Amino acid sequence: MWIYAIKRIGLSVVIVLLATLALFALLHMIPGDPVSIALGPRATPEIQARYIEKMHLDEPVVMQFFIFIGNVFQGDLGADVFSDRPVALTISEQLPFTLVLVVTALGWAALIGIPLGCFSAVRPNSLLDRITGVFSVGTIAVPSFLVSIWAILVFAVMLRWLPVIGAGESGDIVDQIWHLILPAFAVGLGWVGYFARMVRASMLEVMGENYIRAARAFGLRRRTIVYRYALKIAILPTITLIGIGFGTLLSGAVFAEIIFSRPGIGKLIYDMVLNRNFPVVQGAVMVTVALYVVITLLSDLVVAWIDPRVRTTL
Amino acid sequence: MSAQPSESAAAKAEEPRVSERGEKLHLFLRNSQGMFGLVLVLLFFASAIFAPLLAPYDPNQLDIPARMSGPTLDHWAGTDQLGRDTFSRVLYGGRVALKIAAIGVSVSLFLGLLLGMLAGYGPRWLDNFLLLFFDTIRAFPTIVMALAVVALTGPSLELVLIIVIVTSIPGYARLARTSTLALKNTEFIVAERSLGASMGRILWRHVMPNVVGPLLILAAMDVPVVVTVEAGLSFLGLGVLPPTSSWGTVLNEGYLIIRDTPWPVIAGGIPLVLTTLGFTFLGEALRDVFDPRLRKGR
Repeated sequence: MWIYAIKRIGLSVVIVLLATLALFALLHMIPGDPVSIALGPRATPEIQARYIEKMHLDEPVVMQFFIFIGNVFQGDLGADVFSDRPVALTISEQLPFTLVLVVTALGWAALIGIPLGCFSAVRPNSLLDRITGVFSVGTIAVPSFLVSIWAILVFAVMLRWLPVIGAGESGDIVDQIWHLILPAFAVGLGWVGYFARMVRASMLEVMGENYIRAARAFGLRRRTIVYRYALKIAILPTITLIGIGFGTLLSGAVFAEIIFSRPGIGKLIYDMVLNRNFPVVQGAVMVTVALYVVITLLSDLVVAWIDPRVRTTL
Repeated sequence: MSAQPSESAAAKAEEPRVSERGEKLHLFLRNSQGMFGLVLVLLFFASAIFAPLLAPYDPNQLDIPARMSGPTLDHWAGTDQLGRDTFSRVLYGGRVALKIAAIGVSVSLFLGLLLGMLAGYGPRWLDNFLLLFFDTIRAFPTIVMALAVVALTGPSLELVLIIVIVTSIPGYARLARTSTLALKNTEFIVAERSLGASMGRILWRHVMPNVVGPLLILAAMDVPVVVTVEAGLSFLGLGVLPPTSSWGTVLNEGYLIIRDTPWPVIAGGIPLVLTTLGFTFLGEALRDVFDPRLRKGR
């Protein structure tokens, strides 16, 4: 287990570094003089010189990259071009909003999707199974940004039940939850279908295994068999799915944040791209990538921990 | 598009398999979900290709007196804030979606196949290098990568294509790699190698026909992903730019007037849902018929 974990962690670090390098190279290919983009045409030569020195723009790009990476390890992601605010501070303010959104979305989807999948698998081809099947395909077929738009149309414009802008007053928990409902609904809806389908498929497989038949022969209650024994194994592919699908989940969160004008890392990247505030873009994208890699890593480690066979594959 | 190549791939096999093919066709025809998917997919192709004939109006023709109307006999899906006919705009939007899907999926399929076979067949270091490369690409959520690239190039159709291709390649490549690894030491490949066939010949003539089938099924399932990325980026103003009509721009413009009329955001979204349903059903049916083993893997 430890060898697997160390190899897997090492690989993740390499991936984050490579991704950062790619991003760094990309943002340095932007045409135009970075100094005049950042400071505008009317900056005096002294200000320009100070900026060049501060951003190490007189160094070769490779050196700039290593300086950047070195700073990252000290928690310094650079500074906002306009306000000179540390990028790390801005991100640490925005990131919790995204995490709350993602976790809530995934949470409600799992709470509904996993039991739905279990029910369907226990009684295949029953009415409930069919309804679940249609419902799952239906939710998967509507892209999350479309769910956001249609949810706004139905719940905010037509019914006027829920607010659609912002994340609520800070400090007012009720208001914040109120503002979280629609975005979390939009981001999570497709996942209900994913969970239900995935759990149903692997559950059907597990229910045919010998140890389940043995448990049944012992006369254990059906519910005990399904939830205590079968689900524990049947949930594994779903955990991997969360790991792999976390990128899609983040994409969904980015859309939801932009559409609902909700603070968060996605909205931050979007706004900063429009403002051409590249240090912030660079830092925020890097944090997003790192987040994705860490989640994939965690899901792989959890699966390896539950299922020792996986450990030999790396 | 997705049904034909897989059939022609099967057609390359020897004569005695005709009956097997007939059986598979029969299996597919009996799959009601698959047939429903096929109908939707054909509808998608037909409406996009024949949009100029089907559309009642020019997609950019203004009709100010009838602006922001609901569905009427003149305008089946209503009009937008400039009085443009939403139905016609959606039909023309299908052409953008088709273009992106056709180019994006075929290019990423080809490159993914090539890189995947190289990773599976080539030396170990190349395999490791390519795997690392795919994992690095995957570490960027699609929209986040798009935002970073938009900063560089500004929004355009080409940008959407590049994003789509780059983010899709790893999926195809990994699939091709796994199948190639399994083939690498089979007898007929070893025999071919001992006869002195070059790597290019082995990969192209012997490995590729055996590897490409599952990739074509993946391609069918990938179409809605690609179409959704286009619509999503265009909706954010990062893809196709107005006045060109795409499903994304119809949604974008409709969203601005969502409080005045709901019809553009409804009409702009429905084809997206239908296309996704169609290709998903078709892809799943093809997978069940041609390669039941894949079902477990996904």
